Amino acid sequence: MVTEPTTNGNTTGKGQSAPDKMVRFDKVVKRFGDLVVLRELDFEVAPAEHVTLIGPSGSGKTTILRLLMTLEKINDGYIWVDGEPLWHMDQGGKLVPANEKYLRRMRPKMGMVFQQFNLFPNMKVLRNVTEAPIYSLGMSKDEAVQRGREILELVGLSDKVDSYPSQLSGGQQQRVAIARALAMNPKILLLDEVTSALDPELVAEVLNVLRDIAHTTEITILCVTHEMQFAKDISHRVMMFDHGQIVEYGPPEKIFSDPEHDRTKSFLRAVLEAR
Amino acid sequence: MSGFLSQFGEALPFFAQGVVITLELTILGAALSVVISFIFGLMALSQSVGVRFVSRVFVEFFRGTSLLVQMFWLFFALPLAGIQLVPVATGVIALGLNYGAYGSEVVRGGINAIPRAQWEATIALNMGRVQRMRRVILPQAVVGMIPPFGNWLIQLLKGTALVSLIGLADLTFETQAFRDATGNTVVAFTGALIIYFILAQIFAVLMSLLERRSKASIGQPMERRALGGLGWRLGGSEAA
Amino acid sequence: MIWDWNFALNEALPQMLGAFLKVTLLATILGSVVAMVLGLILALLRRSRIQLISRPTGWFIEFVRSTPLLVQLLFLFLVLPRVGITLPAFTIGIIGLGVHYATYTSEVYRAGIDGVPKGQWEAATALSLPPRRKWQDVILPQAIRNVLPALGNYVISMFKETPYLLAITVLDMVAIAKNIGSLNFKYLETFTIAGLIFLAASYPAAVLMRKLEIRLGH
Ligand SMILES: Nc1ncnc2c1ncn2[C@@H]1O[C@H](COP(=O)(O)OP(=O)(O)OP(=O)(O)O)[C@@H](O)[C@H]1O
Ligand SMILES: [Mg+2]
Repeated sequence: MVTEPTTNGNTTGKGQSAPDKMVRFDKVVKRFGDLVVLRELDFEVAPAEHVTLIGPSGSGKTTILRLLMTLEKINDGYIWVDGEPLWHMDQGGKLVPANEKYLRRMRPKMGMVFQQFNLFPNMKVLRNVTEAPIYSLGMSKDEAVQRGREILELVGLSDKVDSYPSQLSGGQQQRVAIARALAMNPKILLLDEVTSALDPELVAEVLNVLRDIAHTTEITILCVTHEMQFAKDISHRVMMFDHGQIVEYGPPEKIFSDPEHDRTKSFLRAVLEAR
Repeated sequence: MSGFLSQFGEALPFFAQGVVITLELTILGAALSVVISFIFGLMALSQSVGVRFVSRVFVEFFRGTSLLVQMFWLFFALPLAGIQLVPVATGVIALGLNYGAYGSEVVRGGINAIPRAQWEATIALNMGRVQRMRRVILPQAVVGMIPPFGNWLIQLLKGTALVSLIGLADLTFETQAFRDATGNTVVAFTGALIIYFILAQIFAVLMSLLERRSKASIGQPMERRALGGLGWRLGGSEAA
Repeated sequence: MIWDWNFALNEALPQMLGAFLKVTLLATILGSVVAMVLGLILALLRRSRIQLISRPTGWFIEFVRSTPLLVQLLFLFLVLPRVGITLPAFTIGIIGLGVHYATYTSEVYRAGIDGVPKGQWEAATALSLPPRRKWQDVILPQAIRNVLPALGNYVISMFKETPYLLAITVLDMVAIAKNIGSLNFKYLETFTIAGLIFLAASYPAAVLMRKLEIRLGH
């Protein structure tokens, strides 16, 4: 089993940042009560790299994204984002647990799109997209509105700016959610099964938008998906997880057509059969 | 019947005077209780154990001691401790504290009913605590609070009748005054009950209008159902 | 501030506790019995398929619910004698409390009945149970079990409204508090004690209802 996968050999040591990496997990441990979900997990993601996480249910994929978005607390180890520790801050040369203020400084580096969209139902589409830039980044209203409109156009929803989320289809809602995340101008985009709550005929419109973003921007993407064709199209690297450990990783062509490990093979077979 | 109507006409000046005081107490009492509801309802959701405890004690205390006892305490006992309130203030404060204690549970429940996912979305968008509450959580939560607050408004309206026992000239008080003046018991009390009923229906309609408006303001589809009136609040959980 | 411990503990407390047991608690118990029974009857009438019965029942419920208990008590107390019905004030109080709260419990029963799963009704029909058996053995036991906490909460509410009876000359605990407080301006003691007695009785009861609610899985 591969225990310390890195893209360029493993030279960075524990507790050190990796300046040339956008994300670095360093012996990350995550427990829920007695259940150890991540056991000293290590991996790195380069800037502008697109990584797809696959693996059976319960293997810890969502947990990884939620740790990065600071929705779950880390139990042990370090996560580095853009050269800085995410869950720790430097205090006189020592890394101590981060406080809320520090987290608020780090969070804008990440944007997340949720499986269930989680749009704010009390705000129209445009406000959903401009709310956080104005009140959390301190952007001027005019600028936020202008950018918001641009991004909504990018996801093909120019005509829906004045609708409420409840008036949109699932696919449209998810595209608003993507626009909302992008409006914060994050360096890393976290996508957790963003199409699995959608009716089959609405999946394509969302994936096309994401393909566009992946191919035309410099954003780093961590993506959990069961859409294998999509994963192939956008990812530079696929990582197969099981029980909170990386089973194997590699370029999508390799992993999908010629996996090394039996667990990957049986997982891929199961996913294909489910289609 | 015409006898009843003409006697009812005689009673009208009494009723009119009383209704003004009753409405005044209802509106001021409701305003105060909404403020108290939000203060203690938000405190109940604080991260600090101490703050939550204070809120809990307040709520249990004012729910557990009868409204009439609270009103009598403010009216009879407080002056002995050197604090003299004008009678209207006594009524408003008692109503505000008592219904505010219940209302804080409405606020707490309304906020708790907002799905966790909404909170997570605000974290992912890096919102601060105040902004999160003010812009995302409360606007949604308030919509769910309106029907129970509507119930409470009717309860509060009914509760105002107690102020007649501390000498405030509300509808109940004036009803008795009319009866004492004319000896016409049946007209006096039948009339009073009907007027209270009408007031309650008016408040019910207003609250259901407010509910529809607030639903529309957060983009929830409007339900096509009869406005207010008979039976619109059935099934609400209330306990005075 | 002047707080007279001797008066509070040796004079006020014993008298008030006496009135609490003999009047306040008794009125709560009897009023609850009326409310529980009448409420069930109202709920069943309200469900009647005959609109001539269900409609007026609904109006009655709505009317009583939206008018003050205090005025209803005064109405009964002053108007009943006019139509030739003379009853002791305490009895009128029980009727007033019972009828007022019956309009609330009827809605609770109704929610409970509506909450019985459709399958239970169908099973009762499939076994061709006669209506009486269907209600008595199948529907009501399940309906009432589920709404016990809600009914209990209304009993607690009624308990806190029993002092309204003082308006119709019933000497309940609060009336006693007012009387002995007025003798030498010791309201501070008497009304504080009254409040604490209410709190001491209603808080544990409310906690109990919350526990029951959780146990019944609400
Ligand atoms: N809040 C929580 N409390 C307790 N256990 C949790 C919690 N969140 C996740 N878990 C557990 O952690 C494990 C990993 O969950 P995670 O959601 O990361 O899996 P996943 O790989 O995303 O699975 P899926 O493909 O089903 O989404 C699971 O066993 C899950 O039950
Ligand atoms: Mg998952």
